Amino acid sequence: MKLNIVVLAKQVPDTRNVGPDAMTPEGTVNRSALPAIFNPEDLNALEQALRLKDQNPGTTVNILTMGPGRAAEVIREAMYRGADGGYLLTDRAFAGADTLATSYALATAIKHVCPNVDLIIGGRQAIDGDTAQVGPQVAEKLGLNQITYTEEILSVKDGRITATRHIDGGVETVESPLPCVLTVNGSAAPCRPRNVKLVMKYKRALAPLELPQDTTYEQLPYADQYGKKKYLKIQQLTTADINADLNQCGLAGSPTKVKAVENIVFKAKESKVLTGSDSDINGLVQELLASHTIG
Amino acid sequence: MANYYSDIKEIKFELEQSELMPRIVELKECNFADKDQYDEAPQDFADAMDSYDKVLEVVGDITANVVAPNAEAVDAEGPHCEGGRVRYAEKTYENLNAMRKAGLNGMTMPRRYNGLNLPVTVYTAANEIVSTGDAGFENIWSLQDCIETLYCFGNEEQRKKYIPRVCAGETMSMDLTEPDAGSDLQSVMLKATYDEENDCWRLNGSKRFITNGDSDIHLVLARSEAGTRDGRGLSMFIYDKRDGGVDVRRIENKLGIHGSPTCELVYKNAKCELCGDRKLGLIKYVMSLMNGARLGIAAQSVGLSQAAYNEAIAYARDRKQFGKAIIEFPAVAEMISNIKARLDAGRALLYQTARYVDIYKALEDISRERKLEPAERAELKQYSRLADAFTPLAKGMNSEYANQNGYDCIQIHGGSGFMLEYACQRIYRDARITSIYEGTTQLQTVAAIRYVTNGFYAQVIEDMLAQSVAPEYASIQKRVKTMAEKFNACTNAVKEAGDNDLHDLCARHLYEMAADVIMCLLLLQNASKAPELFGKSLQVYANLAEAEVEKHASLVGKMTVDQLDNYRQA
Repeated sequence: MKLNIVVLAKQVPDTRNVGPDAMTPEGTVNRSALPAIFNPEDLNALEQALRLKDQNPGTTVNILTMGPGRAAEVIREAMYRGADGGYLLTDRAFAGADTLATSYALATAIKHVCPNVDLIIGGRQAIDGDTAQVGPQVAEKLGLNQITYTEEILSVKDGRITATRHIDGGVETVESPLPCVLTVNGSAAPCRPRNVKLVMKYKRALAPLELPQDTTYEQLPYADQYGKKKYLKIQQLTTADINADLNQCGLAGSPTKVKAVENIVFKAKESKVLTGSDSDINGLVQELLASHTIG
Repeated sequence: MANYYSDIKEIKFELEQSELMPRIVELKECNFADKDQYDEAPQDFADAMDSYDKVLEVVGDITANVVAPNAEAVDAEGPHCEGGRVRYAEKTYENLNAMRKAGLNGMTMPRRYNGLNLPVTVYTAANEIVSTGDAGFENIWSLQDCIETLYCFGNEEQRKKYIPRVCAGETMSMDLTEPDAGSDLQSVMLKATYDEENDCWRLNGSKRFITNGDSDIHLVLARSEAGTRDGRGLSMFIYDKRDGGVDVRRIENKLGIHGSPTCELVYKNAKCELCGDRKLGLIKYVMSLMNGARLGIAAQSVGLSQAAYNEAIAYARDRKQFGKAIIEFPAVAEMISNIKARLDAGRALLYQTARYVDIYKALEDISRERKLEPAERAELKQYSRLADAFTPLAKGMNSEYANQNGYDCIQIHGGSGFMLEYACQRIYRDARITSIYEGTTQLQTVAAIRYVTNGFYAQVIEDMLAQSVAPEYASIQKRVKTMAEKFNACTNAVKEAGDNDLHDLCARHLYEMAADVIMCLLLLQNASKAPELFGKSLQVYANLAEAEVEKHASLVGKMTVDQLDNYRQA
């Protein structure tokens, strides 16, 4: 069956490659010192979507991302891997959003541009905030079922999806009617690499905000291409485009307040000295079994 | 994130800084005829160059983040032979999968067969990059260029049947060698007979040392003319694994390139198709196949040299002895500089060769569509000759350099280098085959020597010496001129002696002298354009090459007819 899939993706600072200047003296993330990357678990989500597209001809995969102009990079990266296109949700009024305001914006945008969506797939969480809240909140706001910690989509047929999800000590298989929201775990299949033909096809795709100041598509090099190939213009959505309630957007719609940031130093509270004797080893094994550390 | 393309500025320079590149793109793109038909086709020269850059960035990314991290495990596991089939090392499948999903197959094939229509020069860069990550894997992946031969000599039906499959990631092999037919392919005995009843050809016999011998599509050299004994009785066949009939009897246990299965094959009445005309198998098609493969080995060798350099410099910066990093000791620094100089010189030769191949191949391709203009015919002849003359230089010299660089890389690691923990030992082992397969260095000399004796290299050198260089390198240019004179004098001395054995004995020395001089001249051009990238290598390489030319001149001077007997052991 033809599916209409939206992948939620976020451009994040690469917190895995942290240098000494990664944090500001105030304890916030120094975004300019970290390279911006495609949130890793969103790539796992994209792979699940692209597999469905491989299996179901006619399926469309669109990226929805919220961020400044440069966040269009994640849409291009997704197109290089097989996505059909995407929407850049961008507006000064979205700035400062916590997970509640973010999920409001995303859910509102989906209602507006993809009312017939079958599947909304995102990563479990972003490496900058690590909340794992946005996907579930989007599901709640749209009144849809959700499958969190997804490992693999097993099948989509007759209006139902079957997937495995990661749980403590194993996986469980669950089923849900469509439409449905999935968040995908980092242990799921890694995303396919960029395809060079698609890279050549989409390399000029730009969102309006990425154009040099006071420049239109018609003034860019290869301007005729933007006229002929619609996919080279990445769609941009503002609060007005999706009819969003400004009180629920950005800082105004974000009840989360950061009170203080503290450095935590781990200290060993107690230590035990064990010898290599059989009884000591046995004792340790028993203790670890009892505390469920092993076994 | 590491990227084996964008981290190495010299590759980009080789792609972009040649004045031949606009001509190559123009020919390869047939004046951009595809631009409105295929979304991915370039609009103009700058657009094409930008696309090449982006394609290689993907190659560099996959190599750095998939192929290179898998190299150690692939080397340790190697392929398996099970029930007549090859099962690759587990991680080899991961590598192949990444390459296939990235669309990096059939790279030089026209778009109408789902290819990327990339110039050989760009494909060569991809080859070099992948080899830096894992030369054994590069071996399997780069066999895709066998498809060039099928494209050139197969019929349209065969092109339509096989090329899209290769573009989709099916692998290839060239089944040439047999137990009694190694360097001497004229002795190939695998029997091809025509099956009247089923209107097809059948293969019976065996082959040995077949790289990736359980591939999806094989090009097979076989004796179609019963009763013949030489090369004129051999034809080229296409064997499709889907038809069955060829089994793998065993896999060789090798010193290096462990990831690449080297197979002994048994053909049991295997159905196959004739490719091209009968009797032209060896004399025309295998020669074309070999020339492509030799350029591939040259690229593989340069990749290995780059890997040797990377490992050597990283270790030398890190390892401290006597209170400082060992790179600070001149004896170590000299070895590293020599590796870099040979790497840069060999790479310059590699890409110059690839560009020559590009121009003649593109013109040859056009000649299949329409009659060439007289000027184009002259151009084709010129570049085909240059490609022919440069290919054995690029293959022979770079493979010998890869060996030397691998050796020095281990030396820099000291005792640790002899242990199996470091990558340098794998590079050293993998490099060893490069100067042997697809024609040993001795056979590269045989292929090149006629261009020594007929004065072609001398003419090329003279033309290159006439090119202007940056003023600060004028003195080096003068030194190279002196080297060229020595090469000419040695050549004349050998010719005047008029003795075939003496000629063969001196061939390797004359060959190396020509190559040393040509690489100096190429580096002179590179350094004049980008002194920050090539200035040091030029100085170091000129010193090395000058000493080499002296050495060879001295040897050739001593090798007279009355010395011949001293070079014969009973």
